[in-house]
Amino acid sequence: MSDVTRDVTRAEICVAACAEAWRGDGEIIASPMGLIPALGARLAKMTFALGLMLSDGDADYLTDPTGTASLVEAHIPYRQLFDFVWHGSRHVMMGASQLDKFGNQNISAIGTDFARPKAQLIGVRGAPGNTVNHPTSYWIANHSPKVFVEKVDVVSGLGYDRARGVGHAARFHELRRVVTNLAVFDFQTKDNRMRIRSVHPGVSVDDVVEATGFVLVGTDNPETTPEPDDVALWLIREVLDPENTREREVPSAKRG
Amino acid sequence: MHDKGMTVDEVVAELRDGMTVGIGGWGSRRKPMALVTAIAKSSLKDLTVVSYGGPDVGMLCATGKVRKAVYGFVSLDSIPLDPHFRRARQNGEIEVSEFDEGSLQWGLYAAALRLPFLPTRAGLGTDVMRNNPGLRTVDSPYDDGEKLLAMPAIHLDAALVHMNRADIFGNAQYLGPDIYFDDLYCLAAEKRYVSCERIVDTAELAAAGPPQSLKINRMMVDGVIEAPGGAGFTSCVPDYGRDEVAQKAYAAGEIFVEASR
Repeated sequence: MSDVTRDVTRAEICVAACAEAWRGDGEIIASPMGLIPALGARLAKMTFALGLMLSDGDADYLTDPTGTASLVEAHIPYRQLFDFVWHGSRHVMMGASQLDKFGNQNISAIGTDFARPKAQLIGVRGAPGNTVNHPTSYWIANHSPKVFVEKVDVVSGLGYDRARGVGHAARFHELRRVVTNLAVFDFQTKDNRMRIRSVHPGVSVDDVVEATGFVLVGTDNPETTPEPDDVALWLIREVLDPENTREREVPSAKRG
Repeated sequence: MHDKGMTVDEVVAELRDGMTVGIGGWGSRRKPMALVTAIAKSSLKDLTVVSYGGPDVGMLCATGKVRKAVYGFVSLDSIPLDPHFRRARQNGEIEVSEFDEGSLQWGLYAAALRLPFLPTRAGLGTDVMRNNPGLRTVDSPYDDGEKLLAMPAIHLDAALVHMNRADIFGNAQYLGPDIYFDDLYCLAAEKRYVSCERIVDTAELAAAGPPQSLKINRMMVDGVIEAPGGAGFTSCVPDYGRDEVAQKAYAAGEIFVEASR
């Protein structure tokens, strides 16, 4: 395949970037929240992270993430899932309505008065337990200053500054990656600030800075997010998402 | 062993204003909607509702039954947010205790085991601590010196759960993918009411599923209510899946929507 016929979309870059978050994770549960992370986790399991355990959305775990000829290899109801969360054998990729520079995440409520929020969201859900117990990544479909804020309204998922405050009990805290429609981030700086790891093809660093409500680290010549290779691209297009639902979450119109 | 058969209305008549009521299921899955709907239409008020929240919480908020909601999330699954619950929150109509979903299990488990609390890391450092100022931490008495959140027991006056099958004595069976936390709700409560799709002979329970599906038994149950379609539009597989059309109507504002089956 030549570069012309590949014509990789932003959505496909994002799927591959999400998959990378699980690289090297071994035999653990991958819990992707949302379409692009779900495609990413399945791509990872089919290519370089064969040990991952993936659920059907309920309690059954399937050997073959494409769903064809898939076998149930495990049954993990919520009760036992929580055991695995607290045991640490899981890596979740959650969404976030707000995220700050240390990775504090809000999925609970918008507004400063918790007794009467401006907008009630889903609730803290499993975010406090996930972030304090096992690796966590985030997927943001629409990178904007409304999401990437100086201070989140309700800390649901634990960021690095607060984890430091907790001390020894937060020793399993690890924020692995933040993948957005514009770029990939990690927290690998001395004080664990969110840092640009790579910028997607067609996106400039200025685009990313402009869409972020706090001062970003890593803005000097970051790498370009790699495109999925031919095999990965074929899997995304022909096997994992032949209906091209990914395009609805990250439309190509958003390309820089 | 005795006959614990009750009607939905008899259950509602045993409840009182101000009670703490635990509601089983998860999100929009196997919710005891026949019982919840009857409460919503009753004169009961000032309830504290403990739930892995779905339309149960939204319906009781919309009908003014809730003084306080205790939850980790409120979601309709295929529709992420429940508009009725959101409205109650955004109008400041209800008090809340929002916990990590695993901590919520711990609270029910502590009540079930008659312990004052159970230790956990889930919630440390987050605004769960700020928004629940009554929460305390506890120092490990051992050499590790770890400081943990002491999740307090969540005692229930009544538990409402919906199962696929039950016998008249209170042995109950789930045939779907997950018991969720329904057995813990029963152990954490003073009075335990189990609605079910069908009341069957005890012999039929063993025939319908493996012994492991009998997670709730007569020691844990005070009332058995036959309520076919009793999960409303929420899923109750394998008997029926979620009625997405009815759920959409509910989310659009129609509180007492009939599932079409």
